[in-house]
Amino acid sequence: MAEVMVRKAEVKALEGDKAVAEAMRQINPDVVAAYPVTPQTEIVMEFSQFVAEGLVDTEFIPVESEFAAMSSCVGASCAGARAMSATCGPGLELMWENLWVASGLRCPIVMAVVNRSHAAPLNILTDQTDMMGSRDTGWIEIYAENHQEVYDNFIQAVRIAEHPDVLLPIMCGHAGFVLGHTLGRVEVLPDEVVRNFVGEYKPLYSLLDIDQPKTFGAYDHWDYFFEHRRQVFEAINNALRVIPEIGQEYGKISGRYYGLVEPYRLDDADVVIMIIGSGAGACREAVDEMREKGTKAGMLKVRCFRPFPAEEVVKALKDKKAVAVMDRCACFGAEGSPLFIETCAAFFNRGLRMKLINYFYGLGGRDTIPSEFCDIFYELSQIAETGEIKPPFVRYLAVRE
Amino acid sequence: MRLKSWKELETGVVILEPGNSVLYRTGTWRTFRPIIDMEKCTHCMFCWLYCPDGSILVKDSKVIGIDYEHCKGCGICARECPKKAVTMVEEVKARMEEAK
Repeated sequence: MAEVMVRKAEVKALEGDKAVAEAMRQINPDVVAAYPVTPQTEIVMEFSQFVAEGLVDTEFIPVESEFAAMSSCVGASCAGARAMSATCGPGLELMWENLWVASGLRCPIVMAVVNRSHAAPLNILTDQTDMMGSRDTGWIEIYAENHQEVYDNFIQAVRIAEHPDVLLPIMCGHAGFVLGHTLGRVEVLPDEVVRNFVGEYKPLYSLLDIDQPKTFGAYDHWDYFFEHRRQVFEAINNALRVIPEIGQEYGKISGRYYGLVEPYRLDDADVVIMIIGSGAGACREAVDEMREKGTKAGMLKVRCFRPFPAEEVVKALKDKKAVAVMDRCACFGAEGSPLFIETCAAFFNRGLRMKLINYFYGLGGRDTIPSEFCDIFYELSQIAETGEIKPPFVRYLAVRE
Repeated sequence: MRLKSWKELETGVVILEPGNSVLYRTGTWRTFRPIIDMEKCTHCMFCWLYCPDGSILVKDSKVIGIDYEHCKGCGICARECPKKAVTMVEEVKARMEEAK
């Protein structure tokens, strides 16, 4: 059965942004509210074309700002609609207040975020500062490494967000330009397969239920605010179970199975690089190169950053001799980068002590090439050998001194 | 009113039954308590008309008292009463008076 469906998939050369638009067309959501912003514009451009051509039934709202985009999505979601958006970098920042409203009201909105840096200096290129900056807003956050994952993640996101034990909004990140504007091989599933997979959205409550009117988003005092927050803590942690479940179910229709983290040549590895997103591509090459030279190198790709898959990370890394944690975001004044801090906490809470180093890399669209990852593997090998980490603990990859 | 635990609360910030604000005792907010002198009251219904919280109790077209569970003590009734039949008494003093 699965085999048949996989063979029916059509192979297309798609830009990452267009892969999102294509997935969106197949899902055929009730409402899409979005504002164009480089490098996300192609998603909105392509999808609005689908609307104009009558290929979808979607109510497309060309809003005046990202704040309005998220407001519209929240309103639509409360009304019982399947609502979607797309944005990046500064657009995500402008949505900030409403990101919390979306998670607090338990709106399963699906949003593509084409990762872009924050100004200043003005820069439209990729890093993950945007989504990392919104990591504590109650949104689920998953990242794609390549074009296929951009497409696959967006379809799975619908089911993850709308799962009754979760009911939270979700961001699907992919690298601006690097994935968003380049062509990649994407196996596109048949429309009806995608539509069957996502199913019809059945909202828990609807503002449009005139027979049983309800109040949405009432004010909470100190007496109830914390309890409502506690529900969100619980719901997002439920996603740790739901994401791999949906990933397995998706595997049955696509042949591609997804989890919270993805190991690469990790089983017998001594030295490991931990990374999120498109940088994993170059890192894979470095792993292969190091393996050829006799170093037991491996990679742990983190697909889901929120909720943080602490158990999976610890299980994957606890026997490793040295690990470099890579983060492609600016996060000033912290003890380390977000992924590093989470990883340290995960080990500490389980009474484990690890040899971990931390790198900030690739900010503002700077490429990171395999040889740079190889240098990190050499460094890790030395740490593994001597058991000694020389400060500084937080490092900046390939920055001119 | 017993407060619900997070597990008992509806998912999301949703109120399922309309008109349930009566369950919320805003009377605890009050600093000044309006007290009606029934000898002066002419039952003109000005207080009932102006009260922003519907806290003036009326029966058979007569004012019979104030719903202190919900009256926030804003004092609008005292100000609007044409017969000056409503006096605002400090809540603490009114309670001490009651306790006697």
